[in-house]
Amino acid sequence: MELDFSPVWAGWRNLLQGGLVTVEITAVSLALGCVMGLLVGIGRLNPKRRVVYALCTSYVAAIRGTPLLVQLFLLFFGLPQFGILLPAFVCGVIGLGIYSGAYVSEIVRGAIQSIDRGQMEAARSVGMSYGTAMRSIILPQALVRMIPPLGNEFIALIKNSALVSLLTIHDLMHEGQKIISVSYRSLEVYLAIAVMYFILTGLTTLALRHIEQRLRAGGMVQ
Amino acid sequence: MKTEQAIVSIRGLRKSFGDHAVLKGIDFDVQPSQVVVVIGPSGSGKSTFLRCCNGLETPEQGRVEICGRTLVEDGRMLGEVALNHLREDVGMVFQSFNLFPHLPVIDNITVGPRKVRGVSRKQAQSEALALLEKVGLAEKAHAMPASLSGGQKQRVAIARALAMQPKVMLFDEPTSALDPELVGEVLQVMKLLASEGMTMMVVTHEMDFAREVGDVVVVMDGGVVIEAGPPDIIFTNPAQTRTRDFLRAVLSRG
Repeated sequence: MELDFSPVWAGWRNLLQGGLVTVEITAVSLALGCVMGLLVGIGRLNPKRRVVYALCTSYVAAIRGTPLLVQLFLLFFGLPQFGILLPAFVCGVIGLGIYSGAYVSEIVRGAIQSIDRGQMEAARSVGMSYGTAMRSIILPQALVRMIPPLGNEFIALIKNSALVSLLTIHDLMHEGQKIISVSYRSLEVYLAIAVMYFILTGLTTLALRHIEQRLRAGGMVQ
Repeated sequence: MKTEQAIVSIRGLRKSFGDHAVLKGIDFDVQPSQVVVVIGPSGSGKSTFLRCCNGLETPEQGRVEICGRTLVEDGRMLGEVALNHLREDVGMVFQSFNLFPHLPVIDNITVGPRKVRGVSRKQAQSEALALLEKVGLAEKAHAMPASLSGGQKQRVAIARALAMQPKVMLFDEPTSALDPELVGEVLQVMKLLASEGMTMMVVTHEMDFAREVGDVVVVMDGGVVIEAGPPDIIFTNPAQTRTRDFLRAVLSRG
């Protein structure tokens, strides 16, 4: 069998365009996932605040316990039954963001709980409120510890975003499948797509490494 | 002791962790500018007692009044906002320093005044430098905590507490985590504070400090105060056998 990459070259503009959509959709859902993860992670710190804790815990259980694809289809095909018709891109971003948020929340919670109790006690002892102590003392330290697992999560998100091609979003995966549907060159096109995803995840890895090194140089990491 | 003048007043304090009763009814008053040194065998409840005085622990029973306000009464803690205000008046120094490792020394000291009292960065910094001068660490203002020795860390921690201009300072075994040769520099700063009239409650194993600086020595054992009085009486002629045994054990070590 002979490999023929010509359809890939012929369609490079479309693939690049799809790659940009993938970057866009992961970036926005990443932001959403981080915000949700932060709130939910903090919400799960104290089981004594029962309502908040129960809500946050159910969210994490529901999202982690069901397939991402099912969640995306519920948003895209299920919500219209209630008359809620969201654009495909919005469904994709919300779906990925909510999914990622559940995992980020565990990263946030773990990092915060790994900070020595004495830090909170010292902060409260100078009169800081819980919120101020969290923002000024605990989170800056926890953030540094979140970076390696967050890197994992970001990379997983980039790869999981391929599923939104099934919501008619014209991402990298979708553009690739369009080329295959006219050229029948599955192997070549999927290889090309794999390389492009690899480049995206590789760049993310490098960026995170850079951030970690800068924090270390700033004395934030021992 | 005249109760109406007391800056710290403790009545019937009881606290347990699960089934284990740590404090079994403590009554005690601290007068302004007094240095109260709390000694006793480990596990006697000294640290818990101190931590009840700034709301880090919630005693189930009894009352703590401090700086004219009721911090806690029968398990009911002062409300969040009032508690934060009260803590501005009560400085705390921990055994393990608990400096903020992500902030340079100067920011460790200014973060309280800036975030809690809204003091401007400039003013907070000049006050912090004066405090660093006082604890002999002006040249370390921009160092990171990780680069300091234990004794230096604890002196920064004292400066951090002083930056809130507290009326009472609590010290929870401030020298217990230090190498022996670094203990002196921390005690020296504490002596300076005492000489300036700071009200201090100090949990410590430093008997020389207790004897030299303490106005009142409190001996705790098994969750109660077994004896309290001026150091020359406690150290030379204690009323309780348990005090005598404890002192013999501790003093023979040095």
